[in-house]
Amino acid sequence: MIREALLVLSDGTTFEGEAAGFWDPEAGGPATGEVVFNTTLTGYQEVLTDPSYAGQIICFTYPHIGNYGITGHDSESARAFCRGLIARDLPPRPSSWRSERSVHEFLQDQRLPALTGVDTRRLTRHIREAGSMPAAFGPLDRFDETALKEAAQAEPGTEGQDLASQVTTNQPYTVGDGPLQVVAYDFGIKRTILRHLGHLATVEVVPASTPAADVLARRPDGVFLSNGPGDPSAVGYGIESIKQLLGQVPVFGICLGHQMMAAALGGRTYKMPFGHHGGNHPVRRIATGAVEITSQNHNYAVAAGSLEDTEITHINLNDGVIEGISRPDLRAFSVQYHPEAGPGPHDASYLFSEFERIMGA
Amino acid sequence: MPRRDDLDSILVIGSGPIVIGQAVEFDYSGTQACRVLKQEGYRVILANSNPATIMTDPEFAHRTYVEPLTPDVLEAIVERERPDAVLPTLGGQTALNLAMALHERGTFERLGVEMIGANSEAIATAENRDRFKQAMTEIGLAVPESGFAYNLEEALEVGESIGYPLIIRPSYILGGAGTGIAFDRDDLERIAATGLAASPVSEILVERSIAGWKEYELEVMRDRADNCVIVCSIENFDPMGVHTGDSITVAPAQTLSDHEYQRMRDNAFKCIRRIGVETGGSNIQFAVDPRTGEQVVIEMNPRVSRSSALASKATGFPIAKIAARLAVGYTLDEITNDITGETPASFEPTIDYVVTKIPRWAFEKFPGIPDVLGTRMQSVGESMAIGRTFPESLQKGLRSLERGRAGLNCDPAEAMWDEWSDSELVRRAAIATPDRPFQLEAALRRGISVERLHEATGVDPWFLDQLQLVVDERRRLADLGGPDRLGRADWRRTKRLGFSDAQLAYLWNVPEADIRAARLTHGVRATFKTVDTCAAEFEARTPYHYSTYEDDDEVGPGRRPKIIILGSGPNRIGQGVEFDYCCVQASFALHDAGFETVMINCNPETVSTDYDTSDRLYFEPVTLEDVSNVLDVESATGDVAGIIVTLGGQTPLKLSGLLPPDLVLGTPPDAIDLAEDRERWSSLCRRLGIPQPPGGTAVTVEQALEIVDRVGYPALVRPSYVLGGRAMEIVYGEEDLRRAMEELSGFGSLGREGGLSAERPVLVDRFLEDATEVDVDAVRDATGEVVIGAVMEHVEEAGVHSGDSACVIPPPTLSAETVATIESHVRAIADALGVIGPLNVQFAVKAGESGDEVFVIEANPRASRTVPFVSKATGVPMAKVAARVLAGATLASLREEGLLRDPVGGGHVSVKEAVLPFTRFPDADTLLGPEMRSTGEVMGIDSSFGLAFAKSQAAAGDELPGAGTVFFSLADRDKPSGVTAARRFVQLGFSLAATSGTAAFFEAAGVPVETVVSKVGEDHPGGVDAVTLLRDGKVNLVVNTPRGRGPRADGAYIRRAANQHRVACVTTVAAARAAAAGIAERAANQLTVRTLQEYHEAEQLPLA
Ligand SMILES: Nc1ncnc2c1ncn2[C@@H]1O[C@H](COP(=O)(O)OP(=O)(O)O)[C@@H](O)[C@H]1O
Ligand SMILES: Nc1ncnc2c1ncn2[C@@H]1O[C@H](COP(=O)(O)OP(=O)(O)O)[C@@H](O)[C@H]1O
Ligand SMILES: [Mg+2]
Ligand SMILES: [Mg+2]
Repeated sequence: MIREALLVLSDGTTFEGEAAGFWDPEAGGPATGEVVFNTTLTGYQEVLTDPSYAGQIICFTYPHIGNYGITGHDSESARAFCRGLIARDLPPRPSSWRSERSVHEFLQDQRLPALTGVDTRRLTRHIREAGSMPAAFGPLDRFDETALKEAAQAEPGTEGQDLASQVTTNQPYTVGDGPLQVVAYDFGIKRTILRHLGHLATVEVVPASTPAADVLARRPDGVFLSNGPGDPSAVGYGIESIKQLLGQVPVFGICLGHQMMAAALGGRTYKMPFGHHGGNHPVRRIATGAVEITSQNHNYAVAAGSLEDTEITHINLNDGVIEGISRPDLRAFSVQYHPEAGPGPHDASYLFSEFERIMGA
Repeated sequence: MPRRDDLDSILVIGSGPIVIGQAVEFDYSGTQACRVLKQEGYRVILANSNPATIMTDPEFAHRTYVEPLTPDVLEAIVERERPDAVLPTLGGQTALNLAMALHERGTFERLGVEMIGANSEAIATAENRDRFKQAMTEIGLAVPESGFAYNLEEALEVGESIGYPLIIRPSYILGGAGTGIAFDRDDLERIAATGLAASPVSEILVERSIAGWKEYELEVMRDRADNCVIVCSIENFDPMGVHTGDSITVAPAQTLSDHEYQRMRDNAFKCIRRIGVETGGSNIQFAVDPRTGEQVVIEMNPRVSRSSALASKATGFPIAKIAARLAVGYTLDEITNDITGETPASFEPTIDYVVTKIPRWAFEKFPGIPDVLGTRMQSVGESMAIGRTFPESLQKGLRSLERGRAGLNCDPAEAMWDEWSDSELVRRAAIATPDRPFQLEAALRRGISVERLHEATGVDPWFLDQLQLVVDERRRLADLGGPDRLGRADWRRTKRLGFSDAQLAYLWNVPEADIRAARLTHGVRATFKTVDTCAAEFEARTPYHYSTYEDDDEVGPGRRPKIIILGSGPNRIGQGVEFDYCCVQASFALHDAGFETVMINCNPETVSTDYDTSDRLYFEPVTLEDVSNVLDVESATGDVAGIIVTLGGQTPLKLSGLLPPDLVLGTPPDAIDLAEDRERWSSLCRRLGIPQPPGGTAVTVEQALEIVDRVGYPALVRPSYVLGGRAMEIVYGEEDLRRAMEELSGFGSLGREGGLSAERPVLVDRFLEDATEVDVDAVRDATGEVVIGAVMEHVEEAGVHSGDSACVIPPPTLSAETVATIESHVRAIADALGVIGPLNVQFAVKAGESGDEVFVIEANPRASRTVPFVSKATGVPMAKVAARVLAGATLASLREEGLLRDPVGGGHVSVKEAVLPFTRFPDADTLLGPEMRSTGEVMGIDSSFGLAFAKSQAAAGDELPGAGTVFFSLADRDKPSGVTAARRFVQLGFSLAATSGTAAFFEAAGVPVETVVSKVGEDHPGGVDAVTLLRDGKVNLVVNTPRGRGPRADGAYIRRAANQHRVACVTTVAAARAAAAGIAERAANQLTVRTLQEYHEAEQLPLA
């Protein structure tokens, strides 16, 4: 019943494990993608269903993944866009009053391959030293080490890739019943964000490629720029629209939306060695000096000093990465981290009230 | 906000003696606090009555008061020192209560002392259950419905309105008397009645019982800028109804979704903000209904706690250390995380392993006390284990406990339940006891379903599924049939589930060494990972490791020669903080001497398992397999100069013979065995001409009887290779003897711990009556020089375990020549054994017409329980000296260095008193005997024996009365000596009560007895019975010695009543005499307090 499997990184490093999750019985290649590690202790379902992980294989640093099962409420999108799951252990059965199915069933439904029994700490330390990189894994009865290595090296990685277009909605749709009107660009938007916005406004979610004019035509009180996967610089059309929107309406961006807004303001973005993926990063809110424990998920960031006359509102206390910017004159602000949480701490939920304030003003 | 410069001196209050519910964790937090505050440049004043602690070593504070922790004494200290601030949140409940007492007296206000950490308002709101519930309701947090009741009617009223089941919890009680869960009106009436009786203010809390809900704890930190973080979440394996201190607990929480966890986190922050703990750590307990997710708050501790020590060790985030910094003004983001060295402390640790804490109980020492766990804590210590999965950490934790278990069953002791039927087994497992995890595994192994066991026990199915994995693996292993049948993958899977080589050796019935050899041929060896607060996201600077079975090691290369120090494992009665003290002192001394120190221990409460105590820390069970693994990796990464086995008590000593002899430092293993092996030891004493109590060794009852025929009754029966007089008994006749031997063999309480065999025989000695016991601590170096640390005279006579009796430095009654004889015996023994390092010898001195006769009771070629006491009394750092000698230094060289100095003395007398846990076990007999039962100790220092003894009693919690009635009930042989004591009390203005026999004897001797007390059953004209007298508070001190030559249990009912009604009770005439002396001198002198630093500067001490 144990199906031995192997993970091979593009640099040739290998990790033993056992195949789990979904494997196409006859056809289909190995699982491939860029391996990133996430250090959160809870919230695996939100992470697995977060479109920002498109193109990536997620390695959880916490060993037991799946303890409390899977429940409809906790999905951040209609399906998992990540390429695979790596964990030290997937418990046989979930235990929670909320659980509707096990993580094993979830993996089958999502046709998501997984690798367990891996020394995930060794993998994490390797990525910490060498940076996140493409990889491939699969059962040894189907693929051998060289095949996997080739597959890993064939992986394009995320740089210069417009992944947002792969995860965005193709039809506009409306959610929420709040008093205001918000248009939300979907670069890979999370449901928790929509839940927050939905309390403030009636939210029209539009495809990533929607031109600014169409958005303004909807006469919104504010425009929201969502989180999303991959390289902001590859989403030029989006950045263009944002340029045209800034100054016209209040704008609030999160994660990819933040990076694209920075780009629209003339800033530069860069790829971090292994990014921030977790729920425990300390961020200073410069205005008050207060420290927020934040939910993070990004591989790209805004380069310090690349922005003129833009106020830096938040910084990461671990490594000084820019976590938030603001242009009061344009009624626009954005944060790199995830104030909506899902998963993670609620310390920064005030930012949605902030958005409400500038829309009201 | 940076360091507060408006403060200059800070008073830190310790937690006093180790008691159940308040143990070594406060030495850890207090020591951290003192170190931090000193580093920050404050003048640190420490008050703590516990001499065994590390924090009370003079170097940790500028002014160290080893004085009773009572309001009067603390006030005297504050008067004398005038500190700017007092930090009360690191010394447990004791420190909090004491600070509150002085606050209420107005002392702090009067002398301008600021309470930092938590203010009185916050403490009051958190500590008073009623105010706490109101506060929580105010901020919209749910609490279990409850109401207070002061009589039965009210209890029923409140109860009926809330609905069953109900939990009844009397106010202001210790020891759980009167707590209970009621399922119907009858229960409620019964339990409420006992509860009301148990509460001194006859007040009970009647609360909706949510037993069976899941129990959680969050460790929260908050700073002056209102930044809050959760350091760690903890989930209890045992559901609500079993005290968290008595539950197996697991970090991080396992079965909470992010959704639920974040709600709990938000609530925790609301709670700490409302209560108003401005800076520092707090512990907040929650319960969750497994059926609906409903969350309620149980309580909050506005201070560092047992759980915060656990959380610190579990995550690498040093809560106490940071709490101390926050208290003096820093904010979390101003403090760097030691472990990463670059990131700030204002973050939430995340971990990539599972931590399991398992309590250790001492029920076997309290006959007649059921080992049932409930809402009040009864455990005396705990082990913690780290593994990459829950099964691995659970199995490591279970073998860390040293209950003779190799893991989760799969060892000889698992046979215990074989004769039970399935339903019997389930029924038993449903009752929480120390055996529960083992019973659950046994049940699963029989094929009983997870669902059924969850139903019966309330243990979450997730945990049971994990146990099931262990069960399945074991079946697979059994089928494989032997070590040579396993491939690399099998070995890896097995070890990853935490199976020890010992378990597999048992399963396949082959030597443990073969198991190790077999798996090593497949390259399956322990790998060592690092505890780093961040799941490897950042590089760790601190070498804090644990073993697991993964791909690679993280142990870095060593620079200097390494010395491995084996710790003493979980605290237990007989092996407590004293041994951690020795290990920690050794680590400091050897580090200073240029070695790299490597600590191996599994006790989360201790200073030894603080990552910055040693150069390297391995959080591992102290078993042969686990120690060997560390030895392998340490040898691979540098040169190991040796292993120290003689400072951690009996735990490492047991391994001495099994480790590579050339690496065992100091006294050779053979000499250790020579001292433990009765035959060899006796012949040695004979050769040296040192008298021993006549006796012999036996494995069977017959042999024992035969010995007694020779030496006569009373006799003392005790197993070899134990500590704390484990299972030791004085027998007065054949019947006693047979029963005692029963206990020791088979499934008797000791049988479980290994039983009897030619290797572990029973020692049967003539019991020396009315002999004075003497303890000596010494160190001998390789050149043969011996330093005697101190000769300690016990207050109670031989027969009361050395650990349970008060002892005095210098000896108050021994003649100079007797002391000289004793010292020469010690030197002779040290030479004959070839001791290198510490040595403890115990003697019994019997006064005869031809002068004193000195018998040797035992010699332990290891550091003893009294080492820290001796160091504090004399100023000689015995443990450091011993450690250096073990590492090859000579005493001469240490004298030159200045480490070894001459003992100070003459000016003061030091008394060590034991602290017993009887208030936790109201039904236990408080009579002292050869089986040690004290959990901790205190020290009283003053200019005379009387004053020092009085202080020691006050520190131990039984303040000697100043006036009133002393109640005597004496054994015949004690009556003559009793009279003198009685007369003394009368002279001091006390009136006497006595049981008929004793009264008659006193009257005859012309000592007036006011009240003649009749024993239960016997009706005496005009006499009241003892229990009534005690209950009505008519007695202020009880002197009760076991009567006659019969079993020492007579009079138990008197002692029990004294215990239940909290009346000071001594069980020897010697102690009564000491008490009288203390009372007299205390009346004649006024209270003075002085620091250890002053005492140790002997010259400056005006001789009183
Ligand atoms: N309402 C309740 N119903 C059932 N068990 C409870 C209830 N309240 C507390 N307990 C149990 O009693 C234990 C001790 O209660 P707690 O309030 O924490 O007292 P302590 O101050 O001794 O820690 C808890 O750990 C929990 O297991
Ligand atoms: N022959 C004896 N006569 C009287 N008391 C004894 C005798 N032997 C031992 N004891 C008492 O029993 C206690 C425990 O014995 P000991 O050998 O010291 O056990 P442990 O190794 O647990 O300290 C001693 O402290 C002493 O009070
Ligand atoms: Mg509690
Ligand atoms: Mg002894």
